[in-house]
Amino acid sequence: MEQGIYWPSFFFLLFGAISCLFSVAVVLTSNIVRMAFYLVLALAATSGLFFLAGADFVGAMQLMIYVGGTLVLLIFGVMLTGKGPFVSLSTRGGEWILAALVGGSLLATLLPATQAVDQWQGISRDELPQTVSPTATRLGLGLLGARVDKLDQPNPALREGMSGYLLPFEIVSIHLLVVLIGAAYLARAKRRRATEIVE
Amino acid sequence: MAEFLAPYFSTNWQWVAYLLVALVHCALLIGLVAKGALLFIWLERKVSGRIQDRLGPTRVGGKFGWLQTLADGVKLIAKEDVTPGDADRMLFKLAPYVSFCASFAAFIAIPFAAGWAAQNLNTGVFFVLAVLGMEVFGVILAGYASASKWSLFGAMREAAQVVSYEVPLGICAVVPVMIAGSMDLNVIGERQAGWFTNWFVFHDPFTFITFWVYFTCSTASVNRAPFDLAEAESELVAGFHTEYSGLRWSFFFMAEYGSMLVVSLLAAILFLGGWNGPIPITHLVGLTAEQGVLTGVVGGLLGIGNTLFKGAALVTVMIWVRWTLPRLRIDQVMTTCLKYCTPIAAAMFLGAALWNLSGIPFLNDLAPHRAPLEVREALPNSTAQAEPPADGTEQPESNDAVAQGVSSADHETHVAGPVQARR
Amino acid sequence: MTPLFASLLTEPVGVSHYMMVGAVMFVCGAVCMATKRNILGVLMGIELVLNGANINFIAFGSPYLRSDANQLGLDGQLIALFVIVLAAAEAAVALAIALNFYNQHNSIDIDRADELQG
Repeated sequence: MEQGIYWPSFFFLLFGAISCLFSVAVVLTSNIVRMAFYLVLALAATSGLFFLAGADFVGAMQLMIYVGGTLVLLIFGVMLTGKGPFVSLSTRGGEWILAALVGGSLLATLLPATQAVDQWQGISRDELPQTVSPTATRLGLGLLGARVDKLDQPNPALREGMSGYLLPFEIVSIHLLVVLIGAAYLARAKRRRATEIVE
Repeated sequence: MAEFLAPYFSTNWQWVAYLLVALVHCALLIGLVAKGALLFIWLERKVSGRIQDRLGPTRVGGKFGWLQTLADGVKLIAKEDVTPGDADRMLFKLAPYVSFCASFAAFIAIPFAAGWAAQNLNTGVFFVLAVLGMEVFGVILAGYASASKWSLFGAMREAAQVVSYEVPLGICAVVPVMIAGSMDLNVIGERQAGWFTNWFVFHDPFTFITFWVYFTCSTASVNRAPFDLAEAESELVAGFHTEYSGLRWSFFFMAEYGSMLVVSLLAAILFLGGWNGPIPITHLVGLTAEQGVLTGVVGGLLGIGNTLFKGAALVTVMIWVRWTLPRLRIDQVMTTCLKYCTPIAAAMFLGAALWNLSGIPFLNDLAPHRAPLEVREALPNSTAQAEPPADGTEQPESNDAVAQGVSSADHETHVAGPVQARR
Repeated sequence: MTPLFASLLTEPVGVSHYMMVGAVMFVCGAVCMATKRNILGVLMGIELVLNGANINFIAFGSPYLRSDANQLGLDGQLIALFVIVLAAAEAAVALAIALNFYNQHNSIDIDRADELQG
């Protein structure tokens, strides 16, 4: 204990507390814009957790896409509840009790499970890897099919199998394209409906 | 710096060293943002005055009215802070700070000279773009929470505009990243060391055009005229900040001028050589870190001067453009983005990639410059060097692969991915 | 649970701690999906659930968090990237559906989306 406070742990507690608190706040509030705001805070704190775990590229990606995606959610929230600025759909009392029961029991199952394995408890300060190695280049090569992080794999049969993520990457790219076209098709303006709503 | 201070404290008090360093970094950055806003608001008034054949502020602070902004600030602090009756009070009060924090946080990753950043990030370009994109949150929250039609219209316009303009902006920012082979702003800056012909804007004809597209898109993404639809006075009173007054209102302006400076500094580092002057004076005289600590510091300070000068010059151009061009209509703004900027940026990206592969000589080859890999290994504070040579099994491997040209594509796919997703 | 919290500030955290945060986010997301009557609220629940899963992926892939270090290499981060991209795609389609629903029903109350029931 003479070593003093370990600061990464302190920041883990900070970011972890923020993300947990605001996730709960997302559940508890019924105003859609506030929900989106809390969600943004929770997701941004999560990206802090990613940075702490050494996943700098994923953290930045989280900030850009997830938080940016939530921005679009927010805009939709404002647009679709536009008739009265503060329309909120509240949950009925019975549903709250049921949800609290289900959620509580789920949490009661999951939390002990996180403590189940000793290797998961973390490592002592002396055994920590001393260097911070950035991951962006290695991730990029992984997506292109070369796993530079596993070159020391002794088993040649296993090394054969580590062909990286080129195929999933291509599939995801095509998938994104399809999704964009599909979403644009689904959301295209229907003139007739629009006039009805105005009336 | 923290490692330098830490031995002076006992084990239990080492956090004081880190806290001190963090405070110094914060103070420097806040000083920069605040003084930047102070200067640019005054400059805006002077430039607009001259363009309209007026004098602009002349009295406060003696000559040239250079203390005008400070006087304005004092007035704004003294004003009443009004909240509309129907407003969502919490969000209304938070919104300006959200905006300001996003614009301020982007400065964290900007290096002002080689390695002189508050935090050297391996994915610097990406981080700056991501954080800057969050500024629009504050604007939307403000527009919604004000419970006013003008504010809401302004905020929705801003949202549509910023989300769309991030696409060409991202594609443009990828071009220098691809040429330098790294997303680390330090590497990108050092790659352009030497004579001004080494700057990426002169790398090939495609990057030259890319720079102008980037500049247009960055003007739009920070909501400056002629793209300032969100606060179009003639249509929307004052747009998203119609209901704001006093200090909160001035926070929106700090955020606006802060993000103008960020995108300009980013442009300076990505395209205009960053801290490298047009003539490599520091290298000719010998003011580099290799010659000793002190000369390194002097050279670094000169580099900071260079970066800030380039950034300020670009901000001045933004001000000049604002008072020269008329405001576009919202459909014209979207047309500019989707029908012109995005295709041009994509074509320039392809062209620059092909030019880079084919190795046709251009201005860039007039003066000697270092290869990307060499820069990455030579940089003192570079993250690539944080890996000790002893267990360097994986880093050299990846560097070899980089040298084989695999990697020029891998950064680009990364950044292009999220950009696609945003659409 | 005591050994977990006794040295929380003085020792590095482990995968367990990350998984606890992930679990809380996951449960919040699930409850959010179940209780919200607003379509967008349900979407936010989905985002929370995916994010909770992502925390676990990152934690298992990190070399700093477990004693049998770096078994997973970069797999955790790569999968997290795919999850983020797929979440963005899912949000795009879901928002398009929500917009269509709003055009049909003039409301975004998800309880009114029961027209197809038999």
